[in-house]
Amino acid sequence: MKVLGIESSCDETGIALYDTERGLLAHALHSQVAMHAEYGGVVPELASRDHIRRALPLTRKVLAEAGCTLKDIDGIAYTQGPGLAGALLVGASIASGLGVALNLPVVGVHHLEGHLLSPLLADPRPEFPFVALLVSGGHTQLMRVAGVGDYEMMGETLDDAAGEAFDKTAQLLGLGYPGGPAVAKLAASGDAHKYKLPRPMLNSGDLDFSFSGLKTAVLNLKNRAGPDACADIAAGFQLAAVDVLAGKSLAALKQTGMNRLVVAGGVGANQLLRDRLNAEASRRGFQVFYPPLALCTDNGAMIAFAGAMRFAHAAPADGRFGIRPRWDLSELRAPA
Amino acid sequence: MHAPHDSAKQARFLPDEAATLALGRELSNVLVPGLAIWLQGDLGAGKTTLVRGLLRGLGYEGRVKSPTFTLVELYPLSSFNLYHFDLYRFADPGEWADAGFREYFNDQSICLVEWPEKGGDFLPRPDLEVRLDLAGEGRRVELAGVTEAGRRCMQRLATQEGHTGGDGSAG
Repeated sequence: MKVLGIESSCDETGIALYDTERGLLAHALHSQVAMHAEYGGVVPELASRDHIRRALPLTRKVLAEAGCTLKDIDGIAYTQGPGLAGALLVGASIASGLGVALNLPVVGVHHLEGHLLSPLLADPRPEFPFVALLVSGGHTQLMRVAGVGDYEMMGETLDDAAGEAFDKTAQLLGLGYPGGPAVAKLAASGDAHKYKLPRPMLNSGDLDFSFSGLKTAVLNLKNRAGPDACADIAAGFQLAAVDVLAGKSLAALKQTGMNRLVVAGGVGANQLLRDRLNAEASRRGFQVFYPPLALCTDNGAMIAFAGAMRFAHAAPADGRFGIRPRWDLSELRAPA
Repeated sequence: MHAPHDSAKQARFLPDEAATLALGRELSNVLVPGLAIWLQGDLGAGKTTLVRGLLRGLGYEGRVKSPTFTLVELYPLSSFNLYHFDLYRFADPGEWADAGFREYFNDQSICLVEWPEKGGDFLPRPDLEVRLDLAGEGRRVELAGVTEAGRRCMQRLATQEGHTGGDGSAG
C-alpha cells in the first residue's frame, strides 16, 4: 500500500510517499531555515502561507522521484494536529480534496505520533518498546513508546523547549540562527566550567524539564560578565542543557526498565549530547538510536508512515475533514 | 508625562521571579473578558512568567509553556478563553493577518500578546500595556491603561493594591 503523507502543522511543508512493501519511496521538505536566517528565527506564518504554494509542487516532486503518479496512491495521511489552525487547514484541505478526487481513504495523524514512530523508518530500527526523547525548538518531552498507538507522556518542559533555549541563548549572545549549531560552535572555544549555570529540575524527582531559568541565567551572566565571556557562557549553557537532557533520559530508562532510547528532534544533532548519551549507553548497557536528521525534524515521511500503520491496522479512515489544533497525545488509542 | 497620582499608570520594581508571578496574580483579579494586553520587554524579561502568574491567579494549574514555537497557546477557562500570543518569530507584520489571529479578539476572550511590535499596524489597539525591563537582577515593570476599559483595570489594581498592602514603589 502506498500512502501519501502531508505535514503542515507549523513551519515545514513536508510531503512523502511510503510503501508498506518497499519502504520510503521519496520525501521532500521545504525548510525555511536558510530563507529566514536574517530574522533570528524561523518564520511560521510566511511558512504557513507557503504551505499552500508549496504543497502541490512538493507532491509532484515526490511522485516524480518515486516514479509514481497520483493513480498509484492507495491512501492519504495528513497531520490533523496539534498545531496552528491556519497551517493545519492547508494540509487537511489538500488531503481531503485529493481523497475525494481520487476516491481514496484519508486519515488524520497526530503530529507527535509521527515523531514517535519515525525511528522505525531508520536503519537500524529500534524494536518496541523504547523511551523517546523528543527534543527540538518546539518540543522537549520524554515518552514511553510500547507500540503503535500505545504512548505515555512521561515528562515534558514546563516552559521553554530545549531548542528554544539554544535559539534564545544564541540571540542573547549575538549569534546567528539556527541557535543550536551557533552555540555549539562558540562553546567549542569556551570553558564550560568557568561559570556555574543552573541545571533546572535535574533533581526534581520527576521527568519534567524547565529551560526558562537557564535562559535568564545566561542573560544575567552576559550582562554581568560582558561580551568577552560569550564563549564561556555558551559552553556553560550547553553543558547545563546536556546534563539535564541526559540526566532525565537516564532516569526515564531506569523508571521504565527499558534498554532502548531514541533521540528525535533537531537538538538530537548536538554532538555533546550524543557523546554523553553514547558514553552512558556503553557504560550502562543500553542502546541509543538517532534517526537521520531529515526524519527528526518535522517531515512528511513520518506522517505517511504513521498513516500507513493506522491503515494497516484497519483504523477508521472516514475521510471526514477535520483539524485538531489542540490534541493531547493521551487521547490516542492503539488501532483495533 | 502623567502626574504620579495618575491611577491609569503604575511602575514597580520586581526583585525576583516570585514578584513577577505575584503581579500576575494581582492582575488576574482585575481583568475582564474582552481585554487585549500587550507585554513588552526583551528576551528573559519575564513576560511568560507574568502570564503564568496571571493564569495561576485565574485558577489554572496546568503547564504554561512558552508560545514562541506555537505562536499562540489557548487556555479555556470557565467563563472565557485566554490566548497567549508570542510574535517573536514573525518576520513580517502581515503574518498576523494570514494566521487569522484577529478572530481571537472578542468579548469572550482575553488576549495577551508578547512582541506585539512584530505585528505592526495589523494588531488592534491594546487596552493595557505592560513593559518589563531589566533592573539589575530584578525587573522594573510599567503598566498603563490605554483605553477606558484598561484604565478601569488600572484603577482596580491600585485599589486592590491598597487592600493587599502592595508598596507601589516606582523603583
